Amino acid sequence: MHIIHSTRVLAEKIHEYWVEAPLIARKYRAGQFVIIRTHDQGERVPLTVVETKPEEGLIRLIVQEAGKTTTEMAAFKAGDGILDVVGPLGKATHLENWGNLMIIGGGVGAAPVLPIAIAARKLGNTVYSIIGARTKDLLILEDEFRAACHETRVSTDDGSYAVKGFVTDALKAWVGEGLKVDQAIIAGPIPMMGATAKVSKELGIPTMASLNPIMVDGTGMCGACRVTVHGKVFFACVDGPEFDAHGVDFRELNLRNQAYRTQEAEAMRRMEDHKCKIGLTNVAREGVVQHG
Amino acid sequence: MANPNLTQADRQKLPRTQMPEQDPKERVQNFTEVPFGYDAELAMAEAERCLLCKKPKCVAGCPVGIDIPAFIKAIREERMNDAALILRATNSLPAVCGRVCPQGDQCEALCIEGNKHDPVAIGNLERFVADWEVRNNAITIPDLPPPTGYKVAIVGSGPAGLTAAGDLAKMGHDVTVFEALHRPSGVLAYGIPEFRLPRIVVNSEIEYIKKLGVKFIYDVVVGITVTVDELFEQGFHSIFIGTGAGLPRMMGVPGENLVGVYSANEFLTRVNLLGASKFPDYDTPIRKARHTVVVGGGNTAMDSARVSLRVTGNHVTLAYRRSMDEIPARKEEIHHAIEEGVDFQLLTAPVEVVGDDKGQCIGLKCIRMELGEPDASGRRSPVPVEGSEFVFDCDTVIVAIGNSPNPIIPRSTQGIEVTKRGTIKIEDATGATTRPGVYAGGDIVSGAATVILAMGAGKTAAKYMDEYMRGLPKP
Repeated sequence: MHIIHSTRVLAEKIHEYWVEAPLIARKYRAGQFVIIRTHDQGERVPLTVVETKPEEGLIRLIVQEAGKTTTEMAAFKAGDGILDVVGPLGKATHLENWGNLMIIGGGVGAAPVLPIAIAARKLGNTVYSIIGARTKDLLILEDEFRAACHETRVSTDDGSYAVKGFVTDALKAWVGEGLKVDQAIIAGPIPMMGATAKVSKELGIPTMASLNPIMVDGTGMCGACRVTVHGKVFFACVDGPEFDAHGVDFRELNLRNQAYRTQEAEAMRRMEDHKCKIGLTNVAREGVVQHG
Repeated sequence: MANPNLTQADRQKLPRTQMPEQDPKERVQNFTEVPFGYDAELAMAEAERCLLCKKPKCVAGCPVGIDIPAFIKAIREERMNDAALILRATNSLPAVCGRVCPQGDQCEALCIEGNKHDPVAIGNLERFVADWEVRNNAITIPDLPPPTGYKVAIVGSGPAGLTAAGDLAKMGHDVTVFEALHRPSGVLAYGIPEFRLPRIVVNSEIEYIKKLGVKFIYDVVVGITVTVDELFEQGFHSIFIGTGAGLPRMMGVPGENLVGVYSANEFLTRVNLLGASKFPDYDTPIRKARHTVVVGGGNTAMDSARVSLRVTGNHVTLAYRRSMDEIPARKEEIHHAIEEGVDFQLLTAPVEVVGDDKGQCIGLKCIRMELGEPDASGRRSPVPVEGSEFVFDCDTVIVAIGNSPNPIIPRSTQGIEVTKRGTIKIEDATGATTRPGVYAGGDIVSGAATVILAMGAGKTAAKYMDEYMRGLPKP
């Protein structure tokens, strides 16, 4: 059992957890992730690690409510435990001193690239970043990006905050102003990564994408996380999670990630039903059940 | 009791005792074990068939060298506890082996009885004794020698690791098993379905090994969470690597990443390890296929096909590129699969997975094959029949054509040489890798093989790890 030390809501349906995992905290390097299981009938879910405190044995997870497990996690409080945490999985990001590095994170995708920005800066890169979100309430880690990078720009799709537009628009604009980008690293929703890869290719910027396929064991055994890059099949858990964005078949990745959409909806419906039945707040208010 | 008046000729005339089993129509609707096992009476009847050969050939066919005539004689004389002790002397996992060993290719293949009649049902008898032990709460923990002070790390808790762990603990060493998954027993937990190997059987074997003093640590990927070097720094004197067959091999045909195409490992892990057949009571989902085509002919293919029948209740086809004469699965599993209604399409090989515009699998294009000359494995190699392509109308494809070695340990560990195929190089007689103190065995060395071969490798390595450690300064 891995005890949660603290939780915090970063944005709508995006939560942060500091969790006890001393072995992982000691080993983690930027780009890696963990797989968790919250209870004995639970599924194995890959999650982003954003930061660690090795001396305290803690890792910082950022999780968006998406399926049943991550939605259940929203109710977790300090002192609760996560049954299994295994990792750090995947290859650490290949980093070198490229010169001008552009980090682009869309939505909760800002989380996996923040530690990469920090590590890359230590290697001497000049680190620029663009973080974007659909709307203001979904934007995370702005202050940390501003602290970590030489310069950070923010965009929202609907213009509710900062510059209106997609991260691709921000990238084009920045390059248009004369910024020479030697390397880019991107993470975010698959359509965002696909669109960004297309633009960065047109701009001639070598680009790595941190992919997020469905995973089960995370050590190469099951092959659920197959991705096609430059026509070849790779396992994201042991060969990735980062790949040359210009070779990734994002359409395939998107389709594969939706394989269980119907079942996920069913699981969520059941969870909602279940909530109503024990309905701590509603039922108690009606005086049917008194707690405590 | 045994009938001492039977002559050898009489014994040879006795028919092989059939094991009662669940009706196929019922069992495809549940995950309960298919064969019920012998009761004492049936076991003793079968034991009567054994000629108790002076120079038993069967023993030579057993990778762990069980004293087969001795344990069968004990059954015949209703000394079940003795039979159990004889089995346990060489085999830490008899209930598992009695169920999943390919006896037909090993001990039973060499049985003299088999020359003219059916061989003695050695596997069934082994299973009987192991189950008798559990039912009668008779598992005796052997007296352990005083602790040697040597510490051993076992990487992977599958059949190879468990065997090595059990043997080393019995020699008095301090043994810790590191497992990457959240549960022990590797392929026995994620690969082999409950109807072939009930979880309760595996659990009782694990309990036995724990009672020998072996410690288990889960959710640790050796090579990542902790490296081999760090294990040595932490004071382990010797390390056994039994990480199993790694990455599933795919078909290399167009469309194999379409939605609906599973590796057998993924499909079986979802169901066996994560309870996906009980979704949504369990959180892990699985496709409810209308028609599943399983590609392959080994035990994993049979398991995938039969699990699919149980999960979906729908049509399941098995496509194998050679004929029934070359099919590698255990005879019993093939027989069970046919009884349960798996549609065998032999001499059939996949060419392409067909998808719709939403990226979903809607068919598997195959080509018929004919057999040509024997290949390196001695099996006649299949040759495509030109122009014979056709399409299975299916929405799920499960690929069960083998695995290639997992790269995590070789990638992260200095001094461990690998072969061209990516398997770990060992000295065959001892299991020693090219790095002093590190031994390896099972699928990570041999490529995909059987439970018993992995156990044999674990056993060999344990013996030489013991020898290696005793050559080190006293801890």
